[in-house]
Amino acid sequence: MTEIQAGTGAAGVAAPDQVPAIELDGVVKEYVSHGEVVQAVKGVSLAIGEGEFFSLLGPSGCGKTTSMRMIAGFEEPTRGVVRLHGQDVTNVPPNKRDVNMVFQSYALFPHMNVWDNVAFGLKRKKVSDDEVRSRVGEMLEIVDLVGREKRRPREMSGGQQQRVALARALVNRPRALLLDEPLGALDLKLRQHMQIELKRIQREVGITFVYVTHDQSEALTMSDRIAVMNDGLVEQLAGPREIYERPATKFVAGFIGTSNLLSGVVRAMNGASAVLALGPEDRVVVPIKGSATEGDTVELTVRPEKITISTEQPEGDLSMVEGTVSEVVYLGTYNSYAVALAGGAEITVFQQNAHDSTTTAERGDTVWLSWQPQHSYALQ
Amino acid sequence: MRLFRGRGLQIYTWLVIAWLIVPIAVMVLFGFNDTKGRYNSTFQGFTLKWYGKLFEIGDLTQALVNSLLIAVLTMLIAGVLGSLIGLALGRYRFRGSGAMNVVMFAAISCAEIVMGASLLSLFVTLAVPLGFWTIVISHVMFSISFVAITVRARVMTLDASLEEAARDLGAGTWTTFRLVTLPMIFPGVLAGSMLAFALSIDDFVITNFNSGGTVTFPLWIWGSTRVGIPPQVNVMGTLIFAAGLLIALGNALVARRRR
Repeated sequence: MTEIQAGTGAAGVAAPDQVPAIELDGVVKEYVSHGEVVQAVKGVSLAIGEGEFFSLLGPSGCGKTTSMRMIAGFEEPTRGVVRLHGQDVTNVPPNKRDVNMVFQSYALFPHMNVWDNVAFGLKRKKVSDDEVRSRVGEMLEIVDLVGREKRRPREMSGGQQQRVALARALVNRPRALLLDEPLGALDLKLRQHMQIELKRIQREVGITFVYVTHDQSEALTMSDRIAVMNDGLVEQLAGPREIYERPATKFVAGFIGTSNLLSGVVRAMNGASAVLALGPEDRVVVPIKGSATEGDTVELTVRPEKITISTEQPEGDLSMVEGTVSEVVYLGTYNSYAVALAGGAEITVFQQNAHDSTTTAERGDTVWLSWQPQHSYALQ
Repeated sequence: MRLFRGRGLQIYTWLVIAWLIVPIAVMVLFGFNDTKGRYNSTFQGFTLKWYGKLFEIGDLTQALVNSLLIAVLTMLIAGVLGSLIGLALGRYRFRGSGAMNVVMFAAISCAEIVMGASLLSLFVTLAVPLGFWTIVISHVMFSISFVAITVRARVMTLDASLEEAARDLGAGTWTTFRLVTLPMIFPGVLAGSMLAFALSIDDFVITNFNSGGTVTFPLWIWGSTRVGIPPQVNVMGTLIFAAGLLIALGNALVARRRR
């Protein structure tokens, strides 16, 4: 949940012999607000590999934007080190850092046309006129804005402005591109389209992308790896599949997708698994990473789509609990059941409408819920 | 609301326009008056001769030159200093920024006669010789808050990430100001500076206290009321008004084209 875990997670996935594109090392950011010290970032260490699509995911106020702004150079960390390609840039101003940012508001210069907006960075670097012309032209082609060079930003749609902002940053061929909730202002259709566009552009230019978002589906769709942040700390750092399938903490389980949380007392240990006591007929077995002994309370999570709902008690080595259906909701591709357990917990179950649209159970029915033990995870 | 529907609103609009325009029209008209005597108060026939004899009264010409010089200096000094104040007030919270805001509004709402008198006692106490420069100092003093407040309003609507974007793209502090901040706040700077010019060129009360031996255009007119205002004054007034009108029209045209 802290630096150590995030650090090992990063080292485990990024190739160890390569210098990471971006490194945060024990970074803390404190603000003084109304005379009180507030920690926006409480100690984050992570390493982002070259060419990676890396997301910082979390609710507002979790420190993800502050972390990104420290990479860009707009904020100086109170403690800790920021490295770009192994070089300490902690106190280097943003105009001297080889990273570029796409702002949430796009921050296009309203008094300049599209061409001048995109050429702004190259002109600051004293690139020759010929090269400016060819690189800006090439970039406008990549983002599909050829023929709109003379437009002012306000004459363009949100999606087009978004692409100008992207072009303006990418044309500088930065070592890394930072994106601060870049799709937040777009409507759903356009957002989904731009997600695919962003992935395509990233593949084409091969630049490291650091993507800040509070939208879990966006992060899951696009990222190679995700750091889930909460309250100034990294809760889990892993690939999308791992984050979804094996949430490391209660926060991650609750923040990403729908999860069911169950808690029970350990009745017996069975190798690396704990047998939990819930209802009298229930049998719940859950793999445990750390150590647990008889009598400990363990919390576990299991995703709604891993659970099978049936009216008969199922056979085999499954985890199973008995409950009463309190709600059935028809959602087109699947049905959602809310099932109340004897202990008071409520469990959500998704059942695919693969064969027909009749439901297995109705409100008030007593049902059995079952799942493979390896689909449930004990939380730390 | 019903009262203003249809014809009522139309009549009211034209009344307001007439109310505003008639004094100016009279001023313009009497610049073309072929007056024979000392008093330019009855219309005696149309002539263009005053335009030809515009600079024939040496004192009046000198007064106009003084006024224009003072107004331009005021516009430049108050424009630059006031814009910087406005930028600071709009962008940052700093020790004394609250007090600064209050002082700005106090300077605007202070009665001119009070400000003129107190400036005079200040200059006398400090033994500053009254004249051209005390007028400039007083004009900058009372018009700077108008510039600061106009620019501040503009700065507050600015997206702070625009400047961050410029820095992110490799622009240093000065380049960011020159290429992004200044163009963005320029309409405010321009409006504030023109306001300073307009306030300066026709100021009478404060100038009268602090002018010493220097005579400005309004002071000259005031002095000549007893002996009769020559038609040249009307012509100069007309030309100043025309210049202002042209600037306003040009501004409206540019604004329309931008949209």
